[in-house]
Amino acid sequence: MNVSTILIILLIGAFATYFSGDKLAPKVALLFSLAALGCSIVLLANYNAGENISVINAWITQPKISFALNGDGLGLAMVLLTAALNPVIIFSSFGNEYKNAKGFYALILFMAFAMTGTFLAADGLLYYIFWELALIPIYFIALIWGNGDLEERKKAVVKFFIYTLAGSLFMLVAFIYLSQKANGSFLIEDLYKVELSACEQLWIFLAFFLAYAIKIPIIPFHTWQANVYQKAPTVGTMLLSGIMLKMGLYSVIRWQLPIAPLAAKEYMNIFIALGISGVIYGSIVALRQKDVKKLLAYSSLAHVGLIAAASYTLTLDGLRGAVLQMIAHGFVVVGLFYAAEIIFRRYETRNISEMGGIRSQSPKFASMFLILVLASVALPGTFNFVGEFTVLYSLSQINIWFAVLGGSTIILGAYYMLKMFQNVMLGETNPKTFADVSVNEGISLVVIIGVLLFFGFYPKPITDLITPSLETILNVINKN
Amino acid sequence: MGNILNQIGIENYIFLCVVLFCIGIFGVLYRRNAIIVFMSIEIMLNAVNLLFVAFSTYHQDAQGQVFVFFSMAVAAAEVAVGLAILVSIFRNLGSISIDNLKNLKG
Amino acid sequence: MEMDTNLALVLVLTPFLGFLINVFLGKSLGKTVSGIIGTVAVAISFIVTLVLFNQISSTGKAIQVTLFEWIQISNLKIDLGFLLDQLSVLWLLFVTGIGSLIHLYSISYMHDDENMHKFFSYLNLFVFFMITLVIGSNLLVLFIGWEGVGLCSYLLIGFWHKNQDYNDAAKKAFIMNRIGDLGLLIGMFILGYTFKTLDYSELKQTILTIHYEPQIVWNISIAALCLFIGACGKSAQIPLYTWLPDAMAGPTPVSALIHAATMVTAGIFMVTRLNFVFDLATDVQTVIAIIGAITSLVAATIGLVQTDIKKVLAYSTVSQLGLMFLALGFGAYEVAVFHVITHAFFKACLFLGSGSVIHGLHGEQDMRKMGGLRKAMPITFWTMMISSLAISGVPFFSGFFSKDEILMTAFHHSIPLYVIGSIASIMTAFYMFRLMFLTFFKEFRGTEEQKHHLHESGSLITIPLIILAILAAFGGLISLPGHSWLNEYLAPLFTKVAGEEHHLGATEYSLMGVAVLGGLLGILIAYIKYFKQDNVPESDENITGLSKVLYNKYYVDEAYDALFVAPVNFLSKFFRDYIETGLSALVFGFGKVANEIAIQGKRLQSGSIGLYLFVFVLGMCAIISYIFLAQ
Repeated sequence: MNVSTILIILLIGAFATYFSGDKLAPKVALLFSLAALGCSIVLLANYNAGENISVINAWITQPKISFALNGDGLGLAMVLLTAALNPVIIFSSFGNEYKNAKGFYALILFMAFAMTGTFLAADGLLYYIFWELALIPIYFIALIWGNGDLEERKKAVVKFFIYTLAGSLFMLVAFIYLSQKANGSFLIEDLYKVELSACEQLWIFLAFFLAYAIKIPIIPFHTWQANVYQKAPTVGTMLLSGIMLKMGLYSVIRWQLPIAPLAAKEYMNIFIALGISGVIYGSIVALRQKDVKKLLAYSSLAHVGLIAAASYTLTLDGLRGAVLQMIAHGFVVVGLFYAAEIIFRRYETRNISEMGGIRSQSPKFASMFLILVLASVALPGTFNFVGEFTVLYSLSQINIWFAVLGGSTIILGAYYMLKMFQNVMLGETNPKTFADVSVNEGISLVVIIGVLLFFGFYPKPITDLITPSLETILNVINKN
Repeated sequence: MGNILNQIGIENYIFLCVVLFCIGIFGVLYRRNAIIVFMSIEIMLNAVNLLFVAFSTYHQDAQGQVFVFFSMAVAAAEVAVGLAILVSIFRNLGSISIDNLKNLKG
Repeated sequence: MEMDTNLALVLVLTPFLGFLINVFLGKSLGKTVSGIIGTVAVAISFIVTLVLFNQISSTGKAIQVTLFEWIQISNLKIDLGFLLDQLSVLWLLFVTGIGSLIHLYSISYMHDDENMHKFFSYLNLFVFFMITLVIGSNLLVLFIGWEGVGLCSYLLIGFWHKNQDYNDAAKKAFIMNRIGDLGLLIGMFILGYTFKTLDYSELKQTILTIHYEPQIVWNISIAALCLFIGACGKSAQIPLYTWLPDAMAGPTPVSALIHAATMVTAGIFMVTRLNFVFDLATDVQTVIAIIGAITSLVAATIGLVQTDIKKVLAYSTVSQLGLMFLALGFGAYEVAVFHVITHAFFKACLFLGSGSVIHGLHGEQDMRKMGGLRKAMPITFWTMMISSLAISGVPFFSGFFSKDEILMTAFHHSIPLYVIGSIASIMTAFYMFRLMFLTFFKEFRGTEEQKHHLHESGSLITIPLIILAILAAFGGLISLPGHSWLNEYLAPLFTKVAGEEHHLGATEYSLMGVAVLGGLLGILIAYIKYFKQDNVPESDENITGLSKVLYNKYYVDEAYDALFVAPVNFLSKFFRDYIETGLSALVFGFGKVANEIAIQGKRLQSGSIGLYLFVFVLGMCAIISYIFLAQ
């Protein structure tokens, strides 16, 4: 058994969902996403037992492109994140009715397929194909099943599509240039070995950076984010913020840094500073948002800024913290968007000023929402704290001011999240009735909260999983 | 052959060709009648052909004359197709002035 | 070792279990049962603490428990572990002891609240985090507790969450604490990379054996400063003190437990715990002493004119905490700890007493509408009286000994700070007795309705009061001048010789005399002003001049709003409305430019063959001339 199994399951799942009809589609999709989760857990067990789960097959001979999937700890951790979030995301949509549900759920699975492929691909061009493939389903999901005015939505989604596509093209150029240098091979090991001059590295680095900075997003390349988050259906927002953002961050660690280490070292401070200004900027903009989903979008911007900054420190702590924080943020942001969706189902609004006083009507929901809010502001005992502490520690190793400025997120983050919590949940009982969470809704939230709390106290399994592969990557970075 | 060139000189051939070519160009640019434009193109072609032949003699190399045969064959084919198109245009529009051909407007 | 681990786990987890039971089953169990569960959970911890205290004071050995590895950082290993030594067990004693009493008190106090089970679950959670804070074996475990108690404080201040003012107060407390927390984190980072450990015992070992280079000394100073910022946040020192008075929005038992006796002393605990770090940063110690002294004075002056009974106590707490930091600044850790303990007794008693008064008056907190409660509430009166005497430093009550030691330490190091501290003490005596006279003497100034319902509180409220009053009266015995049990007990913690044992000479006796006279003077002024002359503070709109400034707390809140909150909000609006729109327009700009080029380019395709031919010829000419010119 190797990592391609999980891709096959997801792809078959996508087709099966499409052909199962609108009624059955959600259940079939859930089934296949659970199967993928099961498969990834089996793979994890095999990997921990020392089995080789990578795949490499020749695919196209001219140019030489291989179907190479790399099942190392880092990739596996990201696959697990995708596989674990996917059923939660699908299950969370069960309270909603979608037109043409078969297409909707098939696209979700197809997106999971593409994203999993991105995390696993060990061949530059294969990776690029998966990377772009992931864009197509989310484009349709956001466009067809999104909310708000169609024209506005079209504008936002098309902007997103073209923007990210344009950024990725630079990455493609970089890959082609690299493969020329590597005697026509696109394999990641060969690309790692390419000897480049400092100047070449800078250009390669920047080409990758453009692709990733738009995807992650790092300011000032973030303008697509808030609008798309707001316009997309919540499931799409969850996929985007929970997993797709992490594709960019993961790629920084897997591709950008080891391929152009000299440039990364030379301009480290600039990129860390860029990440950190994202933290401050995102937090400050989030303060005055009227729409819950937009607020969460900017909070995401702040968090990923910190993760990106940590990745660019090129230290083991930084990379490890970044990966931990990616996983933690993936879960918490999905939970928060889901909470926003639960409110939307009852109030039909995302406008914060129209909410308030929910806590006295639905204490359970309020408690769970509060836990998510606290996890998002990295209270110790939640997984996010482990990530954020490691990240900030790594930044303090580079320069203490980076840690101070990046650490402002714990103040500003608390400010905007608690302000939001207060305006949404607290205050005089809302005249509109608010039914407490249903069983289905409860299950999703409890799963997310459980994961966050468990790894908050015992992150060792994940650290142990990712550390060896991060060390390998660091060795590549430091080989010169 | 050589003495013909000796008598007249290659330069004069070149001048003649250039003049013929320019006449062709101006014909193409200034006339509106499609047939005359067409004829001007032929003049340009023949100017080049003449040059080919002249140089072929000058260099004592038959390749140039071979090219002329090719070019004349192509020109003949072109005339056949071109005239057919012109006839078709005339039937459709009732005129062969190129000012009326605006279908290519973007 | 196994035994110790189990004991430590029982100690920590019982309140957590209480929390879980109250969260999940509290509603169905009923109010009284949920209250009892909460109380018993803390009481069990208290009993375990007694066992541990007994063990440690007899063997003198610290117990170190390591559960498992928590966070991996390359050169830093952070375990989830506990350190039970003299300091932590001492702290636990009053945390769980006073905690149990306050839980007991709350059963009666909160009985009318529909969410009583929630109240108890939060209180239990608080005790859980407080214990974690105290017994953590490294700074990061302390940090779990540190932020955890902040969370509970947030939940409990905003316990009545329908009132947005209370929620604002809760939010403010949490955010101001987080400013301090960032300082603490940064301090940890610096210690972490300087010494490669955050574990207290290893840190102490490393610091005591390391070779001092200027860089390391500098790092220690910066770290100490950052840690002190953390302490400022939690222990309400200038400039981060404004949240504490607002935190009085919470139910009174919360104010007693969290905002007087335990959580706010966490800063002092941390500084004491890391005494070996602060000892090396003498400049920072000076800063601490100065900040402490100024805080104690500023808070005391504000306390002079407040009319809300809980606000008076809140400013008094800030002021007393300032005094403790004054002692810490001089490296007199055991003196600070002593005052922490006595303060916990009398301040908890005062808060609970004020709670009893508020309870009796159905929620009235304004002292202008009280008066004459002595007869109706004799137990409340006498217990509060004892505590007021203790806080004012009247001889032989607990506060007398602890405050006296602080002032004496100050006198030996810095006369100006001694003077500031003494003035603050005189003010303390004044405003405490102002509170007593306004509340308990003369005629009742409330409504007839209230007067009709005046009654002493039930035994669940009075028993904790009595116990605390006894402790407030006799708590000073643990550290008598000249023969201090406390100093001996704590001696193993400190690297220096524990304090300078003050030999009681003429200077000391005269200092004591001055302090006592000062306290009596404060009481006397209060007596003249509020008993003899029968003054009642003016209603809000009639307050003028200096007292208006004091009554409005020097307008510090307004200043902070103008200096920090407003700019951030302005920036947020500016970013949202201009920068965001601008960036967005920039991206759309690329699309627009492409579109514009297309529109202009379209014009070239006019369809006129003549033009096409012309351009074609022009192009040909251009190419040919280029070829010729290039040669």
